[in-house]
Amino acid sequence: MTDKITFELDGKMVEAGADETIWQVAQRQGTTIPHLCYHPAPGYRPDGNCRACMVEVEGERVLAASCQRKAAPGMKVKTASERAKKSREMVFELLVADQPAKEDCHDPKSKFWNWVEAMGVATTSRYPAAAKPEMDISHQAISVNLDACINCGLCVRACREVQSNDVIGMAMRGHHSKVVFDFDVDMGNSTCVACGECVQACPTGALMESALLDKATQKRVAFETKSVDTVCPYCGVGCQTTVHVANDKVLYVDGRDGPANNNRLCVKGRFGFDYIHHEDRLTKPLIRREGVAKSGTMQLAREDISKVFREATWEEALSFAASGLKKITDRDGGDALAGFGSAKGSNEEAYLFQKLIRQGFHTNNVDHCTRLCHASSVAALMEGLNSGAVSAPFTAAKDSDCIIVIGARPAENHPVAATYLKAAAKRGAKLIVMDPRGQNQGIARYASHVLNFKPGRDVALLNAMLNVIVEEGLSDVQYIQAHTEGYEALKTKVKGFTPEKMEAVCGIKADTIREVARIYARSERSIIFWGMGVSQHVHGTDNSRCLIALALVTGQIGRPGTGLHPLRGQNNVQGASDAGLIPMVFPDYRSVEDPAVRGEFEALWGTKLPPKRGLTVVEIMHAIHNNEIKGCYIMGENPAMSDPDVTHARAALAHLEHLVVQDIFLTETAWHADVVLPSSAHAEKLGTFSNTNRQVQIGRPVVNPPGDARQDWLLIQELAQRVGLNWNYAHVSEVFNEMASVMPSLAHFTWDRVEREESVTYPADSDDHPGNEIIFVNSFPTSSGRAKIVPADLVPPDELPDSEYPLVLTTGRLLEHWHTGSMTRRASKLDALEPEAIVGLNPRDMERAGIVAGEFVTVTTRRGALTLKARSDRDVSAGMVFIPFAFAEAPANVLTNPQLDPMGKIPEFKFCACKVEKAKVREAAE
Amino acid sequence: MNDMADGHKPGKNGGERAIHPGKGRRNALLHPKGRVLAEAEIASVKKLIGEGPYERALLIEYLHLIQDAERCLPAGHLHALAELMRIPMAEVYEVATFYAHFDVVGDGEAKPPKITIRVCDSLSCMMAGSEALLLALEKEKMADVRVLRAPCLGSCATAPAAEVGHHHVDHASVAKIKGLVETHETDAHIPEFQKMYAYKAAGGYRVLRECLDGVRSVDSVIAALSDGGLRGLGGAGFPTGRKWGLVRQAKGPRLMAVNGDEGEPGTFKDRHYLETRPHAFLEGMLIAAWAVEATDVFIYMRDEYPAVHEILLYELPKLAEAGLTNHTKVHIRRGAGAYICGEESAMIESIEGKRGLPRHRPPYVAQVGIFNQPTLVNNVETLYWIPDILEKGPEWFAAQGKNGAKGLRSYSVSGRVAKPGVVLTAAGTTAAELIALCGGMAKGHSFKGYLPGGASGGILPANMADIPLDFGQLEKHGCFVGSHAVVILSDKDNMKDVALNLMRFFEDESCGQCTPCRNGTEKAVKLMSQPVWDKQLLADLGQVMRDASICGLGQAASNPLTSAIKFFPEDLA
Repeated sequence: MTDKITFELDGKMVEAGADETIWQVAQRQGTTIPHLCYHPAPGYRPDGNCRACMVEVEGERVLAASCQRKAAPGMKVKTASERAKKSREMVFELLVADQPAKEDCHDPKSKFWNWVEAMGVATTSRYPAAAKPEMDISHQAISVNLDACINCGLCVRACREVQSNDVIGMAMRGHHSKVVFDFDVDMGNSTCVACGECVQACPTGALMESALLDKATQKRVAFETKSVDTVCPYCGVGCQTTVHVANDKVLYVDGRDGPANNNRLCVKGRFGFDYIHHEDRLTKPLIRREGVAKSGTMQLAREDISKVFREATWEEALSFAASGLKKITDRDGGDALAGFGSAKGSNEEAYLFQKLIRQGFHTNNVDHCTRLCHASSVAALMEGLNSGAVSAPFTAAKDSDCIIVIGARPAENHPVAATYLKAAAKRGAKLIVMDPRGQNQGIARYASHVLNFKPGRDVALLNAMLNVIVEEGLSDVQYIQAHTEGYEALKTKVKGFTPEKMEAVCGIKADTIREVARIYARSERSIIFWGMGVSQHVHGTDNSRCLIALALVTGQIGRPGTGLHPLRGQNNVQGASDAGLIPMVFPDYRSVEDPAVRGEFEALWGTKLPPKRGLTVVEIMHAIHNNEIKGCYIMGENPAMSDPDVTHARAALAHLEHLVVQDIFLTETAWHADVVLPSSAHAEKLGTFSNTNRQVQIGRPVVNPPGDARQDWLLIQELAQRVGLNWNYAHVSEVFNEMASVMPSLAHFTWDRVEREESVTYPADSDDHPGNEIIFVNSFPTSSGRAKIVPADLVPPDELPDSEYPLVLTTGRLLEHWHTGSMTRRASKLDALEPEAIVGLNPRDMERAGIVAGEFVTVTTRRGALTLKARSDRDVSAGMVFIPFAFAEAPANVLTNPQLDPMGKIPEFKFCACKVEKAKVREAAE
Repeated sequence: MNDMADGHKPGKNGGERAIHPGKGRRNALLHPKGRVLAEAEIASVKKLIGEGPYERALLIEYLHLIQDAERCLPAGHLHALAELMRIPMAEVYEVATFYAHFDVVGDGEAKPPKITIRVCDSLSCMMAGSEALLLALEKEKMADVRVLRAPCLGSCATAPAAEVGHHHVDHASVAKIKGLVETHETDAHIPEFQKMYAYKAAGGYRVLRECLDGVRSVDSVIAALSDGGLRGLGGAGFPTGRKWGLVRQAKGPRLMAVNGDEGEPGTFKDRHYLETRPHAFLEGMLIAAWAVEATDVFIYMRDEYPAVHEILLYELPKLAEAGLTNHTKVHIRRGAGAYICGEESAMIESIEGKRGLPRHRPPYVAQVGIFNQPTLVNNVETLYWIPDILEKGPEWFAAQGKNGAKGLRSYSVSGRVAKPGVVLTAAGTTAAELIALCGGMAKGHSFKGYLPGGASGGILPANMADIPLDFGQLEKHGCFVGSHAVVILSDKDNMKDVALNLMRFFEDESCGQCTPCRNGTEKAVKLMSQPVWDKQLLADLGQVMRDASICGLGQAASNPLTSAIKFFPEDLA
């Protein structure tokens, strides 16, 4: 901003920044120069190839592309000279010549046709047309009609530079040059991950959402009548979106310029929206028919629902739901009841849910799927830093010199976050990927180091890194002295963990361990990202302790580009945890066992509150089997799919005396319900959601709930009123404001502020300053202000391979499917892209076992067996087996080991012993 | 209701049919998305390009290694290459398909035949009958042979020209070509050239030594070039001394590139010097690198000159042995069939291993060139004259010109003259004088017009043959002298055909980056193929191409068309 220059624009002297282009200055001055290949949005550099934005610069032989040409002192620019105008019009005429006729065009609302209209250029051309390329509708979600392509290369920049998904190229040359996918294969056969960035960038409709087009004519048939700004319902990245709607149906979704996504989306966010319109949506309350027995092994087909459930009025269903719960607590006390809230719901819903369970039923048995995700990470962070949140947003990677990604597969699970990591690596940051599975389909191409360590041996690897840092004097002594405690114990502990000794344990060469430890410690700014690969182990807390220790002993925290970032898996798992949807704590992680804290909430809520922490998800299942818990209220969770050893979990659900399920679908969990309350999908509700970056953002209703389905927060209130609580919230904003008032972390937050600013990061220091992206700058929120370093020991996975079960089974997600698949498998495009249960196997293991890709195999563990289709995947290391847990026809959690991390109470989803055999009977015939 | 229960058949998982919310399609991918890479494909590519580490900038060199070994670029090899280099498949593919000398072969497609015959169909060769030759060759139906059209091979003086493999054929005929095919003579034929010892014996490399030893100062060298009036002989005519000065002003490290992509149809003077006195050029190059303190020199040599590649590969190590390259590192980069890479910024992109897309100016390559470093780009002939100028003095060189021009020029004269060839004579010589120097018009031809500067320099009529052919003299007529490629046309040549031939060349060679050139050349060819030209449409087209194209190719591509309309209306009737 310091180097202002002045130049003459259309006869007027104007000021410009040193790096501003003529186009930008003209735009600021109120003149929008036509543009096609230029997309004024974050991440898109001008390319100046379409020549639609030509202007005349006095004294220059030829015209200049205003999008690309920087303003210079003394320059005299004419944007509207005859010569410039003529040139721009000719460019359009040349392009129009090769376009489909306006009346037959793919998208009459495209930027191209809008400019033709705005410029008053003819919709026909005097010039002969070129040969028309064929259409390509091989992809499930995107139609490619290159007859509308103007070779502007925006899709190439979108794919390669903005999202770094690296599929699209501009091949051949001259007028033969064309947009290609990989080696010019059909898009549907390419490595395309369908982020749709190209669709959003394309100015002509050559790349479009196929759902908007008539399949035969490829003409656009769907046009929105309204557009609503909201957020994505899927992962914890928290992409802001604009949802386009007509006739109360979502037509398509665009990314919006939010702090966590800068207009980017992934396949789920862009194409996974139509689950809300699925025929399976619950539209009427359901009550279990009398005399229909419950069974943990039941399967309920769509067409058989009425055999098990009957429709009921809201009054009947709500009374039945409430009275059933109340009966149990009246008889057996509050601890005979448990509630599962949801990380998919809003902050307000999470707050109300835990409040109902605590205030209404007097128990702390309230939990949600954070238990299955980052419970161990949070446990370690709370223990060490007394804060469970990330220390820096993932966008901090832009300032990092070294980025460690361990036990996380962001290209699949946090695709938009992955784009920032890839961009950082391209800029020159060292990207170190540690994962027992390969990430060739993901971020590995950008990695400086890929460490495919042995599954379950995280502590060995990380302690060896700590050993290098301590022994080679790479620790930040000043930082340790000023900000930490416990360093001496760590030093002693890691002494024995030399890289040479750990090499055999973790499978990574000692030299490599030394190298990455040095890079991490010596880099000016290093940051660590981790995911379920770290947390879902019996030693999950230990894994996180090591990561925290790495950051603390090197002082790689509290500065831009440094920090600790557990990538959150669900859109509001951060917010739901913050709101107290956890058995040990009230909102803001304040212990239920602390009498002072409890007293505060007792005063606020006007009731005695239980002094003991509640049970966690998996413990609750055990307690049901032990007849200690008899009733459950489950809102938006699907433990029948997500719990480990689901055979056991489903038996527990079936064993309940009274199960209230509130959901948008009749999930596998709801099969076992006594009463089902149809509720609202994300796109139907108003509320706030906190993403992995601690950004509180607003989700707005874009369509109405179907049939008689109701808003979740109102249903919670209805139940509360029916168990005798005097709740009278008139609007979600009242809930938010109450919640913010009891959560110090949300100081300076009001509903109005979030609504006005769209995204507010906590903690914020004042009402009018942006929140703090980087925390722990000066100290930690512990009583001493110091962070505690906690050394970790080597704990082996609970169930090691043996001769009977020689392989290691690990579970996780696929790019297209989210959590238990209840939403994504009902999203038509996502279902079409990944339609059936698969097991990923190592190609060489397959060869040895004589298994051919596409064959059915049976995977067996000590808990059960599944038969599913084999996928040959070199990202699955030898000796490993990968099953995504989203497929109800082959629920991976039939196989998983329910053994818990002692502190985080998280099960070991990422490791159990299994065997794989060719299936005896092929199921394909069914 | 009863039949609905039929959905519950005994399933595999112990219970009833497994229920799920999906549509139930069973067409899951059997592999991760996209092409499946075989380990054997990686192994065969490693065999060709080594175990790494691989450099992104060497992509085109790797592609050459594969193409040379496999006669094509099989998809599997390209996939393995992308994997090894850790770049997108699309990035490999777009580079591979940009250059005419690479044959990408998809999965399941057949490899090209063993022998490739390229027949030049650019103007001078067309005038010498290349179309008839192409037809005749097609009729021969030789086994395991394919016949391709090629742009200018730099053999315009011996037109029609062809290549059998890498073997150049002068005055090509079916019989000559068949003979080479039958005897499998497909390697480059190395002409007699002045070897290192001979060049040294004649006083060669003395000037370079004086520079390296501090006997000469950089300032004195630059002053000599400026005083001698040496200008860029690749076509732009930028004063060489000034260019060196500009590059020296930019903050280092600095680099240098030699533009050896002599692709302008009708131009063959660089080839002439490279195949006769390569060391004069090399000495000039090393003096330039010394003067701008270039850490690295990239010689970008077009793939159409295989003999020159051999010569350079043979002679360069001798320079190192003689201790003449301690001040810089010399790299050879092999073009792959793209005229546009003669445009300096496109050449720089190609040196970086990318498609040859010209860059926007500003910034100029002197400030932001190869790998974004300040870069000196000089043409082969420009460098060739430097030792002589420094040895004999700037006055000697400057005095060679006439009609107000300074220095010597190497005119590539071809077409309807009796003795075509490189004519070394005074700068500022006229077309009429050049015809005389070439023994007059060819038998049976009378002078009708001429191309003063290759395909892009426009066309002038015979009555304008007394203009000095020098930089800045022809612009007022919509023409330029460029690389001094003079093609003489006669009464046997129809200007409509001539202009169409040139426009087809530009259509083939347009990089495709910007609309006016990509679509303009294609539309122009369509319009110019019509029996009657629509002059208004062509004029509008010419205007937008001139005004709005990114680089000189598009800006100049309409020159022949405009000239034909302006100077030869009778041919268009």
